[in-house]
Amino acid sequence: MNALDVFQLMLLGLVVICGVSACLTKNLLVSLIIFMAYSVIMSVIWVLLEAPDLAVTEAAVGAGISSILLFLTLKKLQDIRKEVRDEKQEEDEGL
Amino acid sequence: MLDSLWNNRIPAAAVLLFAVGFTTLLLHRNLLKKIIGLNIMDTAAYLFLASLGYIAGRKPPIITDGNTDPAAYANPLPAGLVLTGIVVSVSVTALMLALTLRLYRRYHTLDLDKIYMMARDEQEDET
Amino acid sequence: MKSKKKTKVSERLRAWDQSSFDLTDALELNPPLPKAPTPEDRESLPVIDRIEARQFAGFRKIYPWLAGLLGLVMSAFLLLGVLKLPPYGAADNPPHNEVMDRYVGEGMHETGAVNTVAGVILDYRAFDTLGESHVLYTAAAAVLILLLSSSRKGEEPPELRRIMEDDPILRNTAKVVVPFVLLFGVYIILNGHLGPGGGFAGGAILGGGLILYAIAFGYESLERLINDRSYRVTIAACLCFYSAAKCYSFYCGANGLETIFSTGTPGAILSAGLILPLNVAVGLVVALTMYGFYSVFQRGRI
Repeated sequence: MNALDVFQLMLLGLVVICGVSACLTKNLLVSLIIFMAYSVIMSVIWVLLEAPDLAVTEAAVGAGISSILLFLTLKKLQDIRKEVRDEKQEEDEGL
Repeated sequence: MLDSLWNNRIPAAAVLLFAVGFTTLLLHRNLLKKIIGLNIMDTAAYLFLASLGYIAGRKPPIITDGNTDPAAYANPLPAGLVLTGIVVSVSVTALMLALTLRLYRRYHTLDLDKIYMMARDEQEDET
Repeated sequence: MKSKKKTKVSERLRAWDQSSFDLTDALELNPPLPKAPTPEDRESLPVIDRIEARQFAGFRKIYPWLAGLLGLVMSAFLLLGVLKLPPYGAADNPPHNEVMDRYVGEGMHETGAVNTVAGVILDYRAFDTLGESHVLYTAAAAVLILLLSSSRKGEEPPELRRIMEDDPILRNTAKVVVPFVLLFGVYIILNGHLGPGGGFAGGAILGGGLILYAIAFGYESLERLINDRSYRVTIAACLCFYSAAKCYSFYCGANGLETIFSTGTPGAILSAGLILPLNVAVGLVVALTMYGFYSVFQRGRI
């Protein structure tokens, strides 16, 4: 067991911890950030697995674009919630 | 047994992650959490597939010095297959998120059970 | 009741055929809240409704434990399977067979690509990649359908936008970072046959750069370059070029004909036959689709 094995084992443990905690966290924003970290660690694991193409793609697509889309969805959900609340308020005032 | 688990540590981690994602799909009623779980299942499958292409002590399959001996490089085939899968999984994620937004706009909740109940009641009202 | 439903379906199909099918009614906000089912129709409900109606007492309580147990059992079985796998990383594992020998040994001479993975996905197995590009395009089209119609009035509130655009940290950082991100994306695309990367990774990086620019400086200046029209034309042109090029190379390759695209000297930037133009086409499709996803999610149009 050399240093690289230890490093790999650490990364595997981190990735499993990240996966479990992304699923168990109650706060959606926190769980999205943990999922982003999960993708970054995954791309490091792919460098260790001699697949640099995968590492580049995962870092760009998994950690970049997927996370941006998830964050945007969260923001959009808040916007819709606010819109609905405003409409309800307007209705109440109208009555 | 521990020995063979150590010999297959990356497939073992991939299998654990797969189970974690699957359990998330079952446990959570929140749609965004379900999407995260599905993404974790995706990456677990890719990790398993990519670990099959790894050969200890070899270089990544980029031929820089003109040496075309197959015994010097790792297997390029799983990497190519997984590359296709990653891009498909991001398209699927985008589609699922768009559907989630539409559902939220209509029902104002992310809870799948509540959405199901409301949709069924609407159907009953129609008939 | 069944026939009633049938006529309804056929009516709807006819309406859809005459394109008088208006979906805007289905988009009204504030749907009615569900009401509890009465005791007499409880017996006829499907299982999931009977669970909701608390007929299976305690099911909700034991469900998480059941799900966790199922996950544990599944992981135990999969781990048992993993134990029987040949040791990972050994050189004589079954995946490393004559296919790999062929791809690595002959790939550089046959495709001209130094990066064997690029040679595999864009030459030997280009059919996969063609289908994948179409999956991406179809997903983008579906997202457009889902989100365009629903946000007629869903423009971003102007005050929120002003706050984001006036943020000095974001603007100055973006001013420095965006050119390098875009340059790196172009490098990854053009270098796809020589090193790690290729059309997908580079396209995603380019799309990320465009998204950062849009966040920091707004859409106005980007709209001259990327609007609805240019988006559609570019993506359709890239996919058509991809399909035509692959048809040509499949025909020539399958019949052993001489192609007009030579493989060149492996290692030169202008080499590897069709791989470089295909990488550029795929990169453009991916970059525009990623930016399109962002724009549609953010403000409901491209």
